[in-house]
Amino acid sequence: MTKLLKSRELLLSGIIVLMIAGFATRAQGFAEPGNLVNIFNDTSILIILALAQMTVILTKSIDLSVAANLAFTGMAVAMTNAAFPDLPLVLLIVMALGIGAFLGSINGFLVWILQIPPIVVTLGTLTIYRGMAFVLSGGAWVNAHQMTPTFLNVPRTPFLGLPILSWVAIAVVLGMGFLLTRTPFGRSAYASGGNPVAAVYAGIDIGRTRFFAFVLSGAMAGLCSYLWVSRYAVAYVDIANGFELDSVAACVIGGISIAGGIGSVAGAVLGSLFLGVIKNALPVIGISPFAQMAISGVVIILAVVFNARAEAKKGRIILRNRATHEATA
Amino acid sequence: MNAVAPMIMTTPLAAETPILEMRGISQIFPGVKALDQVSISLYPGEVTALIGENGAGKSTLVKILTGIYRPTEGEILLDGQPVQFPSAQAAIDAGVTAIHQETVLFDELTVGENIFLGHAPRTRFRTIDWRTINARSRELLQQLESDIDPTIRLKDLSIAQRHLVAIARALSVEARIVIMDEPTAALSRKEIDDLFRIVQGLKRQGKAILFISHKFDELYEIAENFAVFRDGKAVGHGRLKETPQGEIVRLMVGRDVHDVFPKVEAQIGPAVLSVQGYSHPTEFRDISFELKRGEILGVYGLIGAGRSELCQSLFGITRPSAGRLTLEGQSVEIRTAQDAIAAGIVYVPEERGRHGLALPMPIYQNMTLPSLAKTSRSGFLKAANELKLARQYAERLDLRAAALSVPVGTLSGGNQQKVVIGKWLATQPKVIILDEPTKGIDIGSKAAVHGFISELASQGLSIIMVSSELPEVLGMSDRIMVMREGLMAGLYDRSEATAETLVRAATGNA
Amino acid sequence: MSDVNANATRRVIPDRLGTPVTRILASWEVLLFGVAVLIFIANSLASPYFLDAYNLSDATFNFTEKAMIAFAMALLIIAGEIDLSVAAIIALASTAMGAAAQAGVGTAGLVAIGIGVGVLCGAFNGTLVSVLKLPSIVVTIGTMSLFRGISYIVLGDKAYGGYPESFAYFGQGYLFWVFSFEFGLFLLCAAVFAVLLHATNFGRQVYVIGNNDFAARFSGVPVERVKFILFLLTGLMSGIASVCLTSRLGSTRPSIAQGWELEVVTMVVLGGVSILGGAGTIAGVVIAAFVMGLVTFGLGLLNVPGIVMSIFVGLLLIITIALPILARRIKQASRS
Repeated sequence: MTKLLKSRELLLSGIIVLMIAGFATRAQGFAEPGNLVNIFNDTSILIILALAQMTVILTKSIDLSVAANLAFTGMAVAMTNAAFPDLPLVLLIVMALGIGAFLGSINGFLVWILQIPPIVVTLGTLTIYRGMAFVLSGGAWVNAHQMTPTFLNVPRTPFLGLPILSWVAIAVVLGMGFLLTRTPFGRSAYASGGNPVAAVYAGIDIGRTRFFAFVLSGAMAGLCSYLWVSRYAVAYVDIANGFELDSVAACVIGGISIAGGIGSVAGAVLGSLFLGVIKNALPVIGISPFAQMAISGVVIILAVVFNARAEAKKGRIILRNRATHEATA
Repeated sequence: MNAVAPMIMTTPLAAETPILEMRGISQIFPGVKALDQVSISLYPGEVTALIGENGAGKSTLVKILTGIYRPTEGEILLDGQPVQFPSAQAAIDAGVTAIHQETVLFDELTVGENIFLGHAPRTRFRTIDWRTINARSRELLQQLESDIDPTIRLKDLSIAQRHLVAIARALSVEARIVIMDEPTAALSRKEIDDLFRIVQGLKRQGKAILFISHKFDELYEIAENFAVFRDGKAVGHGRLKETPQGEIVRLMVGRDVHDVFPKVEAQIGPAVLSVQGYSHPTEFRDISFELKRGEILGVYGLIGAGRSELCQSLFGITRPSAGRLTLEGQSVEIRTAQDAIAAGIVYVPEERGRHGLALPMPIYQNMTLPSLAKTSRSGFLKAANELKLARQYAERLDLRAAALSVPVGTLSGGNQQKVVIGKWLATQPKVIILDEPTKGIDIGSKAAVHGFISELASQGLSIIMVSSELPEVLGMSDRIMVMREGLMAGLYDRSEATAETLVRAATGNA
Repeated sequence: MSDVNANATRRVIPDRLGTPVTRILASWEVLLFGVAVLIFIANSLASPYFLDAYNLSDATFNFTEKAMIAFAMALLIIAGEIDLSVAAIIALASTAMGAAAQAGVGTAGLVAIGIGVGVLCGAFNGTLVSVLKLPSIVVTIGTMSLFRGISYIVLGDKAYGGYPESFAYFGQGYLFWVFSFEFGLFLLCAAVFAVLLHATNFGRQVYVIGNNDFAARFSGVPVERVKFILFLLTGLMSGIASVCLTSRLGSTRPSIAQGWELEVVTMVVLGGVSILGGAGTIAGVVIAAFVMGLVTFGLGLLNVPGIVMSIFVGLLLIITIALPILARRIKQASRS
C-alpha cells in the first residue's frame, strides 16, 4: 500500500513527462529547458497557494478565501508602494505576509473559537475580503508606472538560471516539506484531519492546529499577493478571481484527500505543475485558451475518481492471513 | 462514601501511600449521572482491577484520568498533591498513559508514528526524529513478540495487530500510571501472556496499573486490588485474592445472576433461516448455520472476530462474496438493507448512536422510519398514523419518555435501545439480529431488554444475538455459535456450552 | 432526562410537549423575520424611493432566480451534500438555449432545452456522487469548471442574443399589476419544495440522511437514490433559473451568473439550514431570500456598488451563524 501511495506521485510525474513529450511533438521547443523554466515560473504562485491550501485541507478544513486575501493584500501592498516609493521592499513583503496572516487568523479564529464550519467561514470572508479590496481602492487600478522598479523587478531577476519568483516557490516547497514531515505542527495537522477523536486522545489541540493552518494559509496568500502584483505589474479588485478553486484543484489532482489527513507536498506540487503544463500547452498546440477551464474540470473529476479508488476502505480486515498477506505485498 | 450501602473492606490495603487518588469524583452529562461520588486509589507496583458491567462508569473514569473529560466534582491527588487534567496533554505530562477500549489510532499514519504521536522524540534541532521513532517502535513491538514493521501504515494491520500497536503506544511514554481498558478483548491467549509478562515488568518498576477486563480468570491472575462500580457508583473495593469471585459478581450485578437472564423456554419450531457458506473477501469465511422458529442463536467471540460483519452482511449492508441464504425454504438474495427488511430480516446494530438512530430527531420519527410506507398515504406523511404506531410499540416496550416528539438523543441508553427494537418490531420481521443488545445499558433496563428478547422468541420470532458477555450468551441462547478471526470456531447446544468451552473456542487455546 | 421523572408503572406518553411560546419566538425563522422587518424599516427611512410598488417589484428580481435554486440546494444541504456547480449549470443551459435560438428554435423548444440541460447536468453530478460515491464538494467544483468551461469553448468572448420576442416573458413578464411571472414562479416553487420537504416520506428521508447517513442506510432508506434525486432537482431548478435569467437579460455570455453558487449557499445557510446537514426549513430560506434581496436593493438605492454589498452579505452570513453560537455559550457559562 505504501508503494501504491508512493507510486501515486510517480504516476503523476510520469503523466506530466508524457504530456510534455506529447506537446513537444506538436509544438517545436515545448520541451526545451527555457520553456520548462518558463512553465515552472508561471506555476510558482499556484504551487505556493496549493501548498497552503493543502495544509488547511489536511486538518479537514478548506480555505476558499485565499484568492480574495491575495487580492486585498496585493492591493494594499501596491497602493503602499505607489504612495511611499521610498519604503524598502523587505518592509513591503513583511507587510504582505503580516496582512495575509492577519486575514487568515480571522478565518482561523472563527473556526477555532466559534467552531463555525470552515467552508461557511471562508465563503463569508471570501466576499468580505474582495469587497474590502474595492473599498480600499475605490475600484481604481494600480498600474505599472505607479510602482517602483525594484518592486516590479525583483521577482523576475534571474539567479542561477531561474527567476527569483521560481526560487521563492522552491524555498516554500522545501520549507513546507520540512514543516509537514519534521515538526510537531505538521504531524498534528495530519493527525487532526485523519482521526480527530484519536487526535484529542493523543493530546493534540485540533482547534489550535486548524488556527495555525489558516494563519499559514493567509501568510502564503499574502506572499503570493506581492508576487502576483509584481509579476503582472497591475493591481485591481478582481485579480486572481476564482484562483481559490485552482488551488483546491491542484490539491485534489495531487492526491490530497478532501476528507483530511492524507496528502504530500510532492503531490500538491505535481498537481500544480499538471495544471501549469496544460495551461501553457493549450495556446502552443493551437487549442483555444477558453478550453482550459473545461479541461481542468475534467481533470479534477478524474482525479477525484482516482483518489476515491486509492482511498477505498478495505474494511477492518479480520481474516488474519489476509491481513499479513496484504501488509507484506 | 458512607452513603454507598454494600461496601466491603476485607483487609486494609497495602501499606504504601497511593501514587494517585481520586476522591468523590462525579461526572454529570445532560440528563445522565455517569459517575456519582466515586473514589479510587492506585498503588505503586500494584494492579487494581476495575470491575463493572458495561455502562457502570468505568470508561468515564478512564476518560477523566486521561484528560478527555473534566469531572463535575471531586479531586484528583497525585502523590498527595491535588492536580487537574484540563487536557489530554496535561494527563500525559503528569505521567498517565492509557490503552483505550476503542483503538484510537490513525489509519493513514505509520505504525511508528501512531506509537509516538504527541510525544515524538526530537533531534537536537527540535525536529521530529524519525530514525529513533522507528527504532524504538520496533523495540516496543518486539517486547510484545510482534514483528510488525513500524514503517507500514496502520490501515494495513488486522484488528489484533492494532491492539498491539495501542499497547505499544501506551508503553512508549515514561508513565507512572498505566490504564488498560479491556486490553485483551481482541487478543489470543499467547498475546495475552506476552502482555501479562510486560505488566509484571511494569509492576517491578513500581508503576501503578488500572486494569479493566470482563474476564475474571485474567483479573485473578494479574491484579492485587479491585474496585467494583455499578451504575456510576463505587460499590466495593479490597484485596482481590482474598475475595471470592461470587462476592464480586454479586457486587457487580447487585442481585442474583438468575434474575438478570429470565430466559423463558420457547417453543422451537422448524428452520426459518439457513445460511450456507457465507464468505466475505476480508472479514469472514465459510459460515453456515440454521436458525429455527422461536430460537435464540447466541454468537460469541472476541472483539474483531467478524460477528458484526457477518450480521451486517446478512442484513444487506455489505455483500458477501460467496454463500447462500434460504428463508422459510425460499432462496433469497439480500443485496441491500431494503431487501433484508422486505424479506423480514432486521438488524439492531451494536453502535446505537452511530448506526441505529438519528439522535436529534423525534422518537416517533425514528420508530416509523422503516414503516413509512404503512403510515403514509401516497407518499405524504400522516403524523397521526405515525404517532399511533410509535405509541403502540412504545407501550409494548415500556418506553420511558416525556413525549413521543422529544429527540431520541435525550433518552437513556436503555430507552434508546427500546426505540431501535420498536422500530424493527413495527415492520413485523421474521428474524431479528441483535448486535450486543445490552451494551452501555444500565442494569435495570438490561433485565427489561433480556426479558423482552425472551418474550419475542416465545412469540415465534427467530433471534440471532451477538454478545461479548459470557453470562448473557450462556443465559439467553438456545444454541451458541463461536467465531474466531472471521471463521466459525464451534456451534454448541445450550446443554453442552460452558464458559470454558466458549472461551477456548473463541481464543483458540487449550 | 425525560425518563427519570416518569415512574408510574403504566404511563401514557404524550404525543408532544406543549411547545412553549418562547421557543417559537426564539426560532431561527422568527429571528430572521425580525431582521427582515428591521431592514425594511431602515430602507424605507433611508430612501424615499423604497416604498414604491414598482420599485419593490423590481427588487424581487434580485433574489427570485437565486432563491429557486436555493430551495433545491436547501434539500441537498439538509441531506449533507452540496452542489457548487449550479451557476455553471445556468451558464451551460443558457449557452445551449442561445445556440438553439440561433438555429431558429422557438420559445417552447428553448425552455425545454434550458430545463433539459439543467436536468442532464444534475444527473451527471448525481451519478458521480451517488453511484461513484465521490465527495460532492470536490466533484461539483470539478463539474463547475467543466460546465462553464464548455460555455467558454462554445462562446469564447462572444455572446448569444436574438432570442424570440415571446421568450422575454419568463424574465420580464408580469402576471398582473406589479406581480412578475418570476415572483409567481418563486412562490410556487417555495410551496412545492415546502410540501416536498416537510410533508412527504421523501422529505423525512432527506432529514434522516442528513442527521445520520449510517442510521438511514441501516433503516433501509435508499440513501443513494434520494441523493441522486436531490442532485437532479437542483439541476432542474438551475435550468429553470437559467430560462428566467436568460430571458431577463436577453443575451448569454459564458460569465453569466458568475459567483452565484456562493450567493445561493449563503442564502440557504442564512435561512437557518445547517451546513452540517439534518436541519432547516423552506420558510427560513424564503425569509433569507427576502433579507438578501432587501439588503442589496436598499444599498442599491443608496448608490452603494455591488461589490460593497457583497461585504454586507458576507458579514450577514458569518454574524447570523456566530450569534446563536455565542448566545448558547453565554447561556451555558451563566448556568454553570
